[in-house]
Amino acid sequence: MNSRTLSYVLAAGALVGLTVLAFAVGRYPISLSEMTSLLLGQPVGANVETVVLQVRGPRVLAALVVGASLAAAGTAYQGMFRNPLVSPDILGVSTGAALGAVLGIFLSLGVFFIQLLAFAGGLVAVGLVYFIGSRLRGHDPLLALVLTGVVIGTLLGSAIALLKYLADPYNQLPAITYWLLGSLAAITPRDLGVAAPLALLGLAPMLLLRWRMNLLALPDDEARALGVDTRKLRTLVVAAATLMTAAAVAVSGIIGWVGLLIPHAARLLVGPDFGRLLPLAMLLGAAFLLAVDTLCRTIATIEVPPGVLTALIGTPFFLWLFALARRSW
Amino acid sequence: MLSVESLAFGFPGRTIGRDVSFALEAGEVMCVLGPNGGGKTTLFRTVLGLLARHAGAIRLQGQEIETLSRTEIARRVGYVPQGHTGYFAFTVREFVLMGRTAHLGIFSAPGRKDLAIASRVLESLGIAHLADKPVTEISGGERQLALVARALAQEPKLLVLDEPTASLDFGNQVRVLQRISALAGSGMSILFSSHDPDHAFLCARRALLLAEGRVLEIGAPRAVIRPDTLEHLYGVSVKVIDLGGGAHTCLPAVGR
Repeated sequence: MNSRTLSYVLAAGALVGLTVLAFAVGRYPISLSEMTSLLLGQPVGANVETVVLQVRGPRVLAALVVGASLAAAGTAYQGMFRNPLVSPDILGVSTGAALGAVLGIFLSLGVFFIQLLAFAGGLVAVGLVYFIGSRLRGHDPLLALVLTGVVIGTLLGSAIALLKYLADPYNQLPAITYWLLGSLAAITPRDLGVAAPLALLGLAPMLLLRWRMNLLALPDDEARALGVDTRKLRTLVVAAATLMTAAAVAVSGIIGWVGLLIPHAARLLVGPDFGRLLPLAMLLGAAFLLAVDTLCRTIATIEVPPGVLTALIGTPFFLWLFALARRSW
Repeated sequence: MLSVESLAFGFPGRTIGRDVSFALEAGEVMCVLGPNGGGKTTLFRTVLGLLARHAGAIRLQGQEIETLSRTEIARRVGYVPQGHTGYFAFTVREFVLMGRTAHLGIFSAPGRKDLAIASRVLESLGIAHLADKPVTEISGGERQLALVARALAQEPKLLVLDEPTASLDFGNQVRVLQRISALAGSGMSILFSSHDPDHAFLCARRALLLAEGRVLEIGAPRAVIRPDTLEHLYGVSVKVIDLGGGAHTCLPAVGR
């Protein structure tokens, strides 16, 4: 078995192991035999069934979907922006989603409308950045896009700050802070039923175009001279990655690091070919976020926000990986 | 193959060259000479349709370049840009396979036939042993050859090379020039730029001298590469020496 195949096998193995572990641990521990019985349709205690199917099931699935989506979007963006330090937020999808959600909380809307506003906010923000960025002629198109993203992101950030300042400090402000730190605790099967198909819709073009995606990693002139309409392809990739990220962020809030760290780790393991990179990044992203979320709900009596833990785990892991791997990106 | 008529070229809002006209037949080699910043690269990018022309016309096999899609252009014209370092760590083989893009469907990946073409091209340039090395870990000269290989994998009718010998050692420079002659012998048209007028003598049928975005002279190398034209282009005095047997070389006057 070569080292690439080994990477896939280990990542898949880790994912399965972590999934079992995630179902087992928690305030109400589930044994392996109880899990097996439930899987085989044998009778188990009503408590076991509730915990596994109602409480942990949606949460575990959400961690997998959100982790895989953020990693996939990050993989696409790092290739497209030819920069290994790019995350899915670079064009403002997270900031836009955050503004949408914060506005929803400020207006005391229900959960569904907060999520809807978050999703729409992400799409609108990236749409705006893309519209303005692609109209700045006479610059490198990618640079124009990134700079517009930074500027619009800052603008949206100050709108968020204004809403936080105006929000009710006892009621709304904690809810806003909680959302901005991200959480998978409150996810319902209905949330998943909406977010997962949207994420899949974003994934489809990436899978189909997986070979052609590699050419976006070349300088624009070279890709075009090789026969790629880079403008069209880029638009499609931005739309797909934005859809995936916005769907994930709308249900989970902002969870940083996954979309930056995981694609990078995957590239160090299997190289830059997008077709090989995408599946590994998704496996690793799902496993990583599941591990983080499981820790979040078990290491302390109160829940730790996953955004805090992804950074705590991500930073040393990233540095270790970077020191370990000789090959450049 | 390629015809350029009264072309004005440059960047959006800034014209840097005008009144450029030339035609290139199948199997013909033309060398563009000119000082740094004289517009060689910009001219090439315009000819490839990567920059919009400001005036005039560019035709590939009789068709206006604006009417062709990127894929259609890429099947006719291969481009070897000046060396670049910011690539991701694709292997040389993966890199060369990217040259097959214009021959593949939008959702397809290269198949067995494309792999065979890539191997053949790598073999012909003498870099088959680099196939599995990352392009980030080979030397500048090797990377230049990999870029040539990628353009040849396009199986183009016209090859445009922007200073293909710039980062190569003496042996590899000669090998690239030999390769250019051999490709022209097989019917490919070749447009390349160089900083060394001797390269025009060695393998070009015609030389185009480009100064400040305009054609100074165009014609057979030994007719247009003269001490006065070289002094006009580069601002230094040069002797052009007839070596007999049709061979010429340029010798700059340095010191003493």
